[in-house]
Amino acid sequence: MSENILEVRDLQASYGQVDVLRGVALEVKTGEVCVILGANGAGKTTTLRSICNMPIVSSTGTIKFAGEDISNTDTGGIVAQGMAHVPQGRGTFPELSTLENLQLGAYVRKDNEVDDDIDRWFQMFPVLKERKDQAAGSLSGGEQQMLAVSRALMSRPKLLLLDEPSLGLAPIIIEDLFATFKQINQDEGTTMLIVEQNANLALSIAQSAYVLETGSIALSGPAAQLRDDPAVQEAYLGA
Amino acid sequence: MTLFLQRIIDGLQNGAIYSVVAIPMVLIFKATTLINFAQGELAMIGAFFAFVFAVQAFSMNIILATILAMVIAALLGMGIERTMLRSFDPTDHLPVVLITLGVFYIVNAFAGDIWNYQAQANVPNLLYDLPLIGDWMQGRSSFFTSETNKLGLRIQHDSVGLVGALLIMLSALHVILNRTKMGLAFRGVSSNTEASRLVGIRVGRILSFGWGLACAFGALGAILVAPRITLQPNMMLTVLVYALAAAAFGGLDSVGGAALGGFVVGLLNSVILGYISDVDRLSSLTAAPLLFPVVLLLVVLWFKPTGLFGTKSVERV
Ligand SMILES: Nc1ncnc2c1ncn2[C@@H]1O[C@H](COP(=O)(O)OP(=O)(O)OP(=O)(O)O)[C@@H](O)[C@H]1O
Ligand SMILES: [Mg+2]
Repeated sequence: MSENILEVRDLQASYGQVDVLRGVALEVKTGEVCVILGANGAGKTTTLRSICNMPIVSSTGTIKFAGEDISNTDTGGIVAQGMAHVPQGRGTFPELSTLENLQLGAYVRKDNEVDDDIDRWFQMFPVLKERKDQAAGSLSGGEQQMLAVSRALMSRPKLLLLDEPSLGLAPIIIEDLFATFKQINQDEGTTMLIVEQNANLALSIAQSAYVLETGSIALSGPAAQLRDDPAVQEAYLGA
Repeated sequence: MTLFLQRIIDGLQNGAIYSVVAIPMVLIFKATTLINFAQGELAMIGAFFAFVFAVQAFSMNIILATILAMVIAALLGMGIERTMLRSFDPTDHLPVVLITLGVFYIVNAFAGDIWNYQAQANVPNLLYDLPLIGDWMQGRSSFFTSETNKLGLRIQHDSVGLVGALLIMLSALHVILNRTKMGLAFRGVSSNTEASRLVGIRVGRILSFGWGLACAFGALGAILVAPRITLQPNMMLTVLVYALAAAAFGGLDSVGGAALGGFVVGLLNSVILGYISDVDRLSSLTAAPLLFPVVLLLVVLWFKPTGLFGTKSVERV
């Protein structure tokens, strides 16, 4: 397998008449945690949506995933090839039970180890096991976020896209969640592309980072380097 | 007292009919959050298919004819979804609802051209050929007849059979929706379309499945009630209004709610209209019977837009 699991070139995206992305290019190395930072409205969510070709946004450009060109593959096909996406606002199935949410996460799988994996994520997030027959919409914000992440991991993805996983969560829960991301990245080897406002925490578990400004990449480099960059510190780290 | 009991029984007997038509409506609503106004007509044409196979053309066994009619109705529903509705933005309900209204008129006129607007004779009753229910009905026909029994009440045995068939229908749907992967995907799309795409569900295929399932069960419902309400192109016209009220009452996205809603609508209708018909002036109005479901619909929309068991508000229609 090539060194980069994801390569995005000249990505342009729009909603109807509104152009949002103007030539985004980025690379994610196999096995790493990569972070995208950027102000509200910079186009972070749009970037993730375009990568998995969601119908809500129309985009052009080339996207290579695990060596294959997926620019024209539909979302279902991309998921089947090993990408998973936890959208901003979580993307769970509120009327379905916790257990059914996890079963749907494994929708593209054909093997018979689905139940083992469900047990695995129940061990990682015991509260989900307690709530397994409860409707996902009735879980707390933190529980829903754990469910959303577990649901995405149920497809055994090679690459996991996370869109602002910390949104609306208490600081202590956010730290736990990021520690879990780091652990999953190390134990499972799942590559992660994380969009995050909580720049400090995200950069602390990441190897590389990009800064998106009004639809194009303004800065990029190793996570440690961006953390020390005065411009980044001022804009995103509250220094 | 006997009269009151009789009205309750009549109401429940009609209620089963409303339930049977409301259930497929709910299936379509769950998949697409739209009201399919053509539901009754698609069911009607399904009943005609079965009639053609069993009586007019091939004298097939009624069970076989029913299954075949359900398959054809399913294909028809899937075809309508694929060719007429798929290309429209599903969140913009007006064009889609207008199209279902168009389908309503076309199917009705088409059936009228072929079979005339007259009640068909010799409509076979599927209930008698069903295992269990059929045997039970044969055995009981001396008690449940269309005549008055020794308690002074009139209970039609095919209404009791219809309730039995309704329960079987509900169980079958429950298994399909809750115990199969396709059913889980269907409920996923119904709950969150965007998230469905993100777990790899081909949403288009699930919509097809939903339409197919709804039209197959719609046809089954129409075949079951045809002997009671007569088989003719306009058989579903008034039933549709009651079914709509039933579905809204139970919650437009709850299958069980729609079934219960049918009985509640039937019951209230029979009891209330029973009293209204005592008032001479009102009873001569032909619109009076239809007033009730429409008023009920209004009340539900005002006070509880999600219905009793629903999660989605009717406002989204
Ligand atoms: N569905 C949509 N329809 C039209 N415009 C949209 C839509 N979604 C986003 N936009 C616009 O695209 C631009 C980029 O939005 P995007 O959601 O990608 O930003 P973001 O970087 O994720 O912001 P945030 O940090 O607030 O989540 C914004 O100007 C937004 O108004
Ligand atoms: Mg965003």
